[in-house]
Amino acid sequence: MIEHLPALMIAVPLFGAFVAPLLKKKGSAPAVWAMIITGVTLGMALLLVREVLAQGMMVYVFGADSPHLVLPSGYRVPIRIIFEVDAIGAFMALSATLMSFIGAMYSYSHVRNETGLEKYYALLLLLEVGILGMVLTGDLFNLFVFLEIAGIAGSALVGFRNYRGEASEAGIKYLIVSAVASLMVLFSIGLLYGQYGNLNIAYLSTQIGFNTVDIIALGILFTSFAMKCGSVPTHHWVPDAYTEVPSGINPTLLVATYASLYALFRVSFSLFGKVSSGMSSVGWIMCVLGVLTMFIGVTMALVQKDVKRLMSYHAISQTGYMLLGVGVGLAVLNDPAKLAAFGRDAMAGGIFHIINHIIYKSLLLMTAGALFYVTGTRNLNEMGGLARKMPYTTIAFIVGAAAISGIPPFNGFASKFLIYETSYQLSPIFAIFAMVTSVLTLASFVKVFASAFLGPPVKKYEEVTEVPRSMVVAMLILAALCLLFGLFPNVVLDKLVYPAVDALLKLGSYQTWGGIL
Amino acid sequence: MNNVILVNLPFIVVALLLAVGFYTIGFKRNLIKVVIGIEILEGAVNLFLIALGYVKGAYAPIYTMAPKEAVNNMVLPTPQALTLTSIVIGVAVSALMLAFAVNIYEHYGTLDVTKIRRLKG
Repeated sequence: MIEHLPALMIAVPLFGAFVAPLLKKKGSAPAVWAMIITGVTLGMALLLVREVLAQGMMVYVFGADSPHLVLPSGYRVPIRIIFEVDAIGAFMALSATLMSFIGAMYSYSHVRNETGLEKYYALLLLLEVGILGMVLTGDLFNLFVFLEIAGIAGSALVGFRNYRGEASEAGIKYLIVSAVASLMVLFSIGLLYGQYGNLNIAYLSTQIGFNTVDIIALGILFTSFAMKCGSVPTHHWVPDAYTEVPSGINPTLLVATYASLYALFRVSFSLFGKVSSGMSSVGWIMCVLGVLTMFIGVTMALVQKDVKRLMSYHAISQTGYMLLGVGVGLAVLNDPAKLAAFGRDAMAGGIFHIINHIIYKSLLLMTAGALFYVTGTRNLNEMGGLARKMPYTTIAFIVGAAAISGIPPFNGFASKFLIYETSYQLSPIFAIFAMVTSVLTLASFVKVFASAFLGPPVKKYEEVTEVPRSMVVAMLILAALCLLFGLFPNVVLDKLVYPAVDALLKLGSYQTWGGIL
Repeated sequence: MNNVILVNLPFIVVALLLAVGFYTIGFKRNLIKVVIGIEILEGAVNLFLIALGYVKGAYAPIYTMAPKEAVNNMVLPTPQALTLTSIVIGVAVSALMLAFAVNIYEHYGTLDVTKIRRLKG
């Protein structure tokens, strides 16, 4: 049973997605069904994490018992689809399933009054399938297929409120970016396949030289995944998509974005990890992109009036921290002394920031969704004095805002501090930019807090009350996670993050499928 | 000389199609034309994969009834399978994009991408 977990992680939500449309005329049955399926997947992800951390990498071969597979002619190359789940894959799978579960729970009340909910939940589950496939697979073409599944499901969800023209506009923007990026990924997969005749990432990484075609393939892959993860200069789709998507989907859509970031890391560290000396310049590019992303994102956020749009620009800016952290690690990859001194910690900071950011940004976008739910507007200038009417939402917002600004007892501080410390040792300018960005982040959230929650009550909203229970519960779970991750960062770092970092760094173990080969 | 061009003809066509596709996506103002641009791009990538699948002098990957001399001299059927998958995915993507375009036309009354700009800032 346990050895089939990687396949079941895909099969269960896929089954759920196909069953969901059948529950069309059954009231809230699709919502309950989605919660059951995402809950089961979350449980399996926990088992998977436990298994991977205890036993090391899991290799799952579709259509054969073991990866010792040969063609009938005795030609020994991996030709089947192989799932390779190492600690970072399991880490991303846990984030994805956790956020899908929270999103389904929040959606139960949040989108209750919309129509076509069975399709909504089917797409939510398909999006989860796409993310899980991307992070678990060990096959380049499989990565492309799941990238497309996540892209199609994600953009259909962005355009879910199709009675609003804006939703379709955001949806087609996201879909165009996603389609071009994944077609270019497919093109570079073709480039690699043409040279080495294989699609397995582990096998390719043993073969890869660093000739011109490889460099072109790396450039295209890097650009495409950077495009999909919302890095500057191709960040324009992020604010539109995050603003228009229903708030219950925001957590999952965030993880879908970071699945592309994971693919970027996988390409840099595993696929091209053998040529680490050539990759250090890629690491520097990643750092510079990270700094630009965080700074441009936060300055764009400061001028926004739409509360969800403001938070979406912060999502761009926080992606910069992850790029910076992991970029520092990549830049010193071929220098063992520096890698041990600060590179490994920098990567830990970047990867820890992924889960922290997913938690607090989902929390913040959910509070924005709650504000929209009760007021019907997202314009900050029209809100005011909501703190007394919505105490739980206010608490959740304060926790999220404190976490994103990097204030000590919350989780944002733990990962940001690691990034400040380590990026300072590579280049002080990076650390200065990172800190300035944090201060600006705090400034813009003070603005949101002052205009939405404090101030004189607006007459129009005298009758509003707290949002329904399932939304409150979802927000409070995330707020509690923010606090827990902030109070005990060492536990999360030791149990989840450092194994994930080491999985990226230990190329030999990935290439030999955890020592099976 | 002539032979070099003939052998590399598919790849030249791929490069041309890629250029046309990116031009269409980047410079055309009609949303339907942008969708067509993505389709052209997809055609280029699919043609590229198919062109990779052919190895000169090798046999087609049919395992039953293959002649004796084909053993160890067959091309892998992978690129064809990849192309089929990619075509199917492409159909889904273009259907969804056109659905969005129809919906946008309903709400905005235009398909001009420079006028579909309610989301900005």
